[in-house]
Amino acid sequence: MIDELLTIFLDGAIYASWLFIVALGLTFVFGVLKILNIAHGGIYALGAYSTATLVPIFYSLGVPEQFVILTMLISALAVAIVITPIMERGILRRFYGQDEVLIVLVTYAIYLVLEDVQKLIWGMNSLYVSEPRELLGALEFGSLYYVGYDLALIGLAIFCGLFLWLVLNKTKSGKIVLAVIHNPEISGCMGVNINKVYLAAFFVGAFLAALAGSFTAPLISVQVGISVAVVIESFAVVIIGGLGSIPGAVIGALIIGMARAACVHKLPEAEIFIMYLCMAGMLIFRPKGLFQGTQARKI
Amino acid sequence: MKFFRQSLIVLSSILASLLSFVGSANSDGHGEFKLGVVTFLSGPAAEPFGVPAWNGGKLFIKLLNEGKAPAPYNKKGFGGMKITAIPIDESGGATKQVQEFRNLVQRDKVDAVLGYVSSGDCMAIPSVADELQALTVLYDCGTPRVFEDASYKYVFRTAAHAAMDNIAIAKYLIEKGHDISSIAGINQNYAWGKDSWKDFSVSIKKLSPNSEIKNELFPKIFSGQYGTEISALLNSKAKVVHSSLWGGDLQSFILQAKPRGFFKRTQVVFSAGDHVMPGLGNKYPEGVILGARGQYGMMAPDTALNNWFYKAYMDEYGVFPAQPPYRMVQGLMGLKMAIEKAMDNNGGKRPNKDQIAEAFTGLEFEAPGGLVQMKLGNGHQAIQPHAIGKTAKDKDGNIVVTDIVRYKASCVNPPNGIKAVDWINAGFPGADC
Repeated sequence: MIDELLTIFLDGAIYASWLFIVALGLTFVFGVLKILNIAHGGIYALGAYSTATLVPIFYSLGVPEQFVILTMLISALAVAIVITPIMERGILRRFYGQDEVLIVLVTYAIYLVLEDVQKLIWGMNSLYVSEPRELLGALEFGSLYYVGYDLALIGLAIFCGLFLWLVLNKTKSGKIVLAVIHNPEISGCMGVNINKVYLAAFFVGAFLAALAGSFTAPLISVQVGISVAVVIESFAVVIIGGLGSIPGAVIGALIIGMARAACVHKLPEAEIFIMYLCMAGMLIFRPKGLFQGTQARKI
Repeated sequence: MKFFRQSLIVLSSILASLLSFVGSANSDGHGEFKLGVVTFLSGPAAEPFGVPAWNGGKLFIKLLNEGKAPAPYNKKGFGGMKITAIPIDESGGATKQVQEFRNLVQRDKVDAVLGYVSSGDCMAIPSVADELQALTVLYDCGTPRVFEDASYKYVFRTAAHAAMDNIAIAKYLIEKGHDISSIAGINQNYAWGKDSWKDFSVSIKKLSPNSEIKNELFPKIFSGQYGTEISALLNSKAKVVHSSLWGGDLQSFILQAKPRGFFKRTQVVFSAGDHVMPGLGNKYPEGVILGARGQYGMMAPDTALNNWFYKAYMDEYGVFPAQPPYRMVQGLMGLKMAIEKAMDNNGGKRPNKDQIAEAFTGLEFEAPGGLVQMKLGNGHQAIQPHAIGKTAKDKDGNIVVTDIVRYKASCVNPPNGIKAVDWINAGFPGADC
C-alpha cells in the first residue's frame, strides 16, 4: 500500500513537473500580454527539435558528458532568441488591443506555420536523443526503478517557478512587469517602455516553452505532431489554476498530474477523461480558475 | 480581332485533341489508369506508416510503368495502362477523408482508390465507395469490423485484419513455453487498440484458461508520456505485457521503459512492433516478441519476389522495408492482378469497374509476404501467412529478429462467415495449422 502510494506520488509529481514547465510560459505570457498563445506548443516542439539536433553534435565533439545539459539550455535559448522578434515584434504587436478571438486565431495560424517549419527543416523522420536521460542513472524506490533524469525534472520545475516568482516579486524589473500587468496605460504614462516589457515577457514565455521541449526530447521520439497534446494539457492547467497566475499553474499541474497518476494505478478506465473532468468542474464552480482574483471594474 | 479570336479557339481545340491523343496513347497504347493513393503524409502517423508506405508504392508504380517488375508483375503498368498516381494526405479525420474520397472520384475521375491506414477511415469510406460505385482497395488498416459488420461490392482489403496478429502471438507464447499465468496490456484508446487487446486476451484465456488479467491500460492515442503506465504495469507484476502501440507512441514507450528495466522484468509482446526498428536501430530492446502484421521486413520469407522487392527498396532508400511499404505494394499487386484478370476475361480490352470487382472477388496472388487469398468477407477480405519472432543482438551488436515461427493463413485467420472474436471464443474451430 505504502509502495503504491509512493509510486502514485512520484509518477504524479514527475508528470506535474513536466506540465508545469510547459504551462508556466503560457500563463506568464497571458498574464502580461493578455494573449492566449496557441503557438506555445509550436515553440515547445522547436525546442525539442533543436535539442535533438544539437545534442548529437555535442556528443560528436567529445565534450565531457555533464555539459550536455548546457547544450540543452543553449538550444532552448536559441529558439527563444530567434522566435521572439519574429512573433512578438513582427506579428503579434500589430494585433494588441484587438478582439481576443482574433489574437487567438493569429496565434493558431502561427502554430500551423511552425508545424510546417518543422517539416521543412527536419522533414518527417523522427529524431532520438535519449542519451542525456542516462546521465543521472536510475534510483530504486520501493520495488521500482526511476530514472534520475525524470526525477530531476521536479527540481527543474521548482527552480523555474521559484525563479520567475522571485524575479517578479523581489526585483525592480519584476515590479515594473507587475505594474504593466495591472495597468499598461498608467505604466506607460509613468515612463515604462511597454513595448520592451512585452518583448521581454514574450521572450521569457518562449524560452520556457522551448526549455520544456528541450528537456522532454530525451523522453520521446521527436516528430511532427508532438505539440498537439501539449497545447491541450497546458491549457487545462492554466484554466484550473487561473489564467496568468504562477501559483495557479503549480496547483493546476499538481491536480492534473496527481489525478492522472491515481487513475492509471487505481481506475485506468477514468484516465482518459480525468483531466477534462477537473477542467469542467473548475469551469462550473470557479470559471476564472483557482487563483484568479476578483477584478475591479474600470470606469 | 474576330479572326484572331476564332483562330485561337481553333488552335486550342487542335492542341487539346493532340494532347488527349498523346495522353491516351501512352504506355503501349492502352491509355492511363488514374489511381488515388491515400495515406498519411503529415501528422504523427506519417513517419512510421504513411511515408514509408508511399515510398514503397511510388517505387513499385515506377517499376511497373517501366516494366521492370518480375513475373507475374512484368506487364507494364496495369495491363499495359500507365499508372498515374494522385497522392492524398490521410490526416484530418474520417469526415475530411470522405470529402477527399468524393473529390478523387467525382472531380479527379480516378479509376480506383488505394488507401487508408486508420481503422476509423476504413470504417467511414466503404459505404461511400459503394454509393459512388468506386473501386476501392483498403491496403493497411486493421479493424476486423469492415467486412464482419457489412458487405460491399466495390471495396476490397488486400491485407489480413488485426485478429491474425494477436492470435499468432498468443499461439507463439504457448508454443515457446512462456509463462502466461498473468497478462497485462497497454493499448491505445480507440478501435485498433481495443480490438487488438480483446483478440489477444480472449485468445490467451482460450488457450490457457487459468491465465489472469492483471491490468488493462488504454492511454489516449499520441499521448507520448508513459511514465505512470510503466509504473502501473511493473507494479502489476504480470508475466506478459501486450501492446499494439504504434509509431511515435511505441517509440516513446520503448525509450521511456527501457532505462527502467521494463523489458528485463516482464516478457513484452508488440503485435505490430517491427515498423519502428529502422528508426530506433539498436535502441530497440532485446527479448521482445513481435509481429509485423504479416511476413514482412526482417521476418519476410526467402522467396525470389521478396528478395527482389527487399533489394529494390534498400537500393532506393538505404533502409530495409518494414510492414508499411510491403502492405501498399501488396495492395498494388492485388489491384494489378484483378485488372489484368478482368482484361483477359474481356478479350484484352480495358475492363470496367464491375468487371474488375468481379475478378478481384476471391482472387489469389503472390506477394513479397507470401500468398494472399481474398477468402473472407465473401471474397473481399484477404488472409495471408504470418510470422512471429523475438528480438536479439547479433554478433556485431545489431538488433535482429530470431526464433521466427511461421503460421499458415488458415491457422491464424477465421474462416469465411465467422467473426474473429466468435472464432476465438469457439476455440479456433477448423484452424489448419
